[in-house]
Amino acid sequence: MIKLFKLKDQKRQDAANSSGNAPVKKQSAGELRLHKDISELNLPKSTIISFPNGKDDLMNFEISIRPDEGYYQGGRFVFTFQVSPSYPHEPPKVKCKTKVYHPNIDLEGNVCLNILREDWKPVLNINTVIYGLILLFMQPNDEDPLNHDAAAVLRDNPRLFETNVRRAMAGGYVGDVHFPRCI
Amino acid sequence: MADVSSDPGRWRDVDKLLARPGNIVGQDFEPSPTLREDIGEIARVLVVGAGGLGCELLKDLALSGFKNIDVIDMDTIEVSNLNRQFLFRLQDVGKSKAEVAAERVMKRISGVNITPHFCRIEDKDIDFYNDFNIIVLGLDSIDARSYINSVACSFLEYDTDDKPLPETIKPIVDGGTEGFKGHARVILPGRTPCFECNIWLFPPQVKFPLCTLAETPRTAAHCIEYAHLIKWGEVHHGKDFDADDPEQMQWVYSQALKRAELFGITGVTYSLTQGVVKNIIPAIASTNAIISAACALETLKIVSGCSKTLCNYFTYNGTEGTHIKVTDFVRDTDCLVCGPGTLVELDTSTTLLQFIRLVGEHPNIRLSKASVTCRGKNLYMQSPPVLEEMTRSNLQLPVFELIGKVAKDVIHVSGTSEKNDKKTSCLRKLRVVFKGVADGITSMDTTDGS
Ligand SMILES: [Zn+2]
Repeated sequence: MIKLFKLKDQKRQDAANSSGNAPVKKQSAGELRLHKDISELNLPKSTIISFPNGKDDLMNFEISIRPDEGYYQGGRFVFTFQVSPSYPHEPPKVKCKTKVYHPNIDLEGNVCLNILREDWKPVLNINTVIYGLILLFMQPNDEDPLNHDAAAVLRDNPRLFETNVRRAMAGGYVGDVHFPRCI
Repeated sequence: MADVSSDPGRWRDVDKLLARPGNIVGQDFEPSPTLREDIGEIARVLVVGAGGLGCELLKDLALSGFKNIDVIDMDTIEVSNLNRQFLFRLQDVGKSKAEVAAERVMKRISGVNITPHFCRIEDKDIDFYNDFNIIVLGLDSIDARSYINSVACSFLEYDTDDKPLPETIKPIVDGGTEGFKGHARVILPGRTPCFECNIWLFPPQVKFPLCTLAETPRTAAHCIEYAHLIKWGEVHHGKDFDADDPEQMQWVYSQALKRAELFGITGVTYSLTQGVVKNIIPAIASTNAIISAACALETLKIVSGCSKTLCNYFTYNGTEGTHIKVTDFVRDTDCLVCGPGTLVELDTSTTLLQFIRLVGEHPNIRLSKASVTCRGKNLYMQSPPVLEEMTRSNLQLPVFELIGKVAKDVIHVSGTSEKNDKKTSCLRKLRVVFKGVADGITSMDTTDGS
C-alpha cells in the first residue's frame, strides 16, 4: 500500500493548505444500537423515561416506575441506566436511586436481576430490562436476596413484609433503617 | 546499551525480502533496493497501547524498518508490569508507559522516531488518527478496540457501485493475548471484516449474580467482587471506586479477605483482587512476543506488499500442546460500521420530514416510522414521547442544514421494515449526498462510517 500512502500524503498536504475540517464526533456501534432500542421503547403508562443530559446523550438516562399492583403499588422508584459503548455486548449498568425496602435491591441501589448480569445476552434490549425491573416490584422474591432481612421477612411473614413496605414507602423506619417517602 | 543500527548488515535480511520479486507477493508489490528506506520515510504507524504487547510491537516495528511511529497509552508503569514489559525498569514506576517506551526504543535503535502520547485514545480528535497510514493495536479491552475500529472505518468511502475507495482504507492490525492464547488479525475496512462484523468472537466478561455475592459466595473471586461491588458502596456512599488508586484497591483486598475468612474460603490475594476488579487477564511474555511478531510482520506485509497478508484471523493456543489456526472470516455486508450502507440523493431543500417519507418509500430501504441520527445528534426520535417532543421542530428543517451543510455524510435510521407481511425493526446506514453541492477537499475526512 506504500504507493497509496504517497498519494495520500500528497492529498493531506493539499488539505492542510485548504480550510480546516469541522470537528467530527464519533458514534459507536453501541450508541447506534441504543438509538434503535430507545426509538422502539414501548413502556407502560406508569413508567417514565427521562434524559438528564438532553436528547443527544442516550447513554445515560433514568426511568421511573410506579407499580400499579402488588406490595409496591403507588410508590415511585427511579433507576439510572448507564450504557457502555460496547452495548449490547455488555449489559447496561442499572442502579436504583430510590432507597427501597426490597429483597432484591440493597440499600445502596444494587439490583439483583439475572438479565443485568449472568443471563445478559445481546439479543435482549432496554425494553426487556425495564420490564424485568417492573416485574421485580410485582414479584419480589426471597430466593435471590440482596437485602437479607427483607428477604427473610417476605419468606417467613408476608403480612409483616407488606406492613414494612408500606411504612418504608410512606417515609419511615424499618428496624433502624430510614427510608425517604416515595409515594 | 550499544547501538548496532549503524551496522550496514542490520537491514540485510529485511532488504532481501523487500528487494526481490516472488510468487506469493501482494498485488501491488514493487521490489526495490530502496523500498525499506521509502517505507521508513513515508509510512506513519500508530501503535495503540504500550503495555506487554505494545513494548514488543514498538521493538519489532522499529527493527522492521519503520521510522515514523507514534504510541498512545494513558497508563503509568506499575511494579507488576516489569516481568514482561521489558522496556521498563524499576526506577520508571509511576512514569508514562508511552513516554518511557518511546525513549528506550529510540535509544536502542537509531534513526527511528517515536512520538509518545500520554493520554486516552478518546482525547485525540479524529484527524489525529487520519494522519497515520496504519494502526497497530496492542490492547486488552473491547471498548478500546471498538473505538479505534469505528474511527478507522469512519475514513472509509465507497464509490457509487458500493466499492471501497482504496485510498480511504485505513488498515488495522489487531493483536491480543490472554495467558497462553493469543490472536492477530488484519482489518482492511471495506475489504475484510471489521471488529464489529464479528464482535461475537469476544465472549462477554463473566458476571456473577449479585445475590450470589451477597449470600452464597463460593470462590475467592466471589469475595473480591462482593467487596468491590457491594461493600464499597455500603461504606463509601456515592463515592465511585477508583481501580487505579492503590489505597482503594488495598481496602477492597482487606474486605475481601475478611469475607473469605467468614465463609472459610481461601485464595484471596492482593494480585487476584487486582486481577478480578480490573478484569486483568494473566499475561505471559512469550505469548506477547509471538502475537506481536505476527502483528509486526503483517504490518510490514500490508505496507510493502512483499507477501500476501494474513487472511484474516490468526489464533495461537498454547494451553494444551500448540494449536495454530487461520480463519478467513467473512464481512457482514450490512455492518453499520464498515458496510457501504444505502446511497441516497437529496436536494439541499429536502426537509427532515420529507426525508423520513423518502426512507419509507425508497425501494432499497422501505423503513417506516424512522428515527434519524447523525454523528451523535438525534435529529428525530419517534419514541419515547419526551424525545419526540424535543426533536419535533427539526422535521420542518432541511436535512442539509441540520447536519452542518456538508456535501455528503452518513446518517443512521432505525424503524420498521415490512417483508412478506412480517414486521421487523431494523437499523440502517445511509450515505446521503446532496445534489449540486461541490464535494470539497475535506470530503475524505467527513464520511462517517459508524
Ligand atoms: Zn464491519
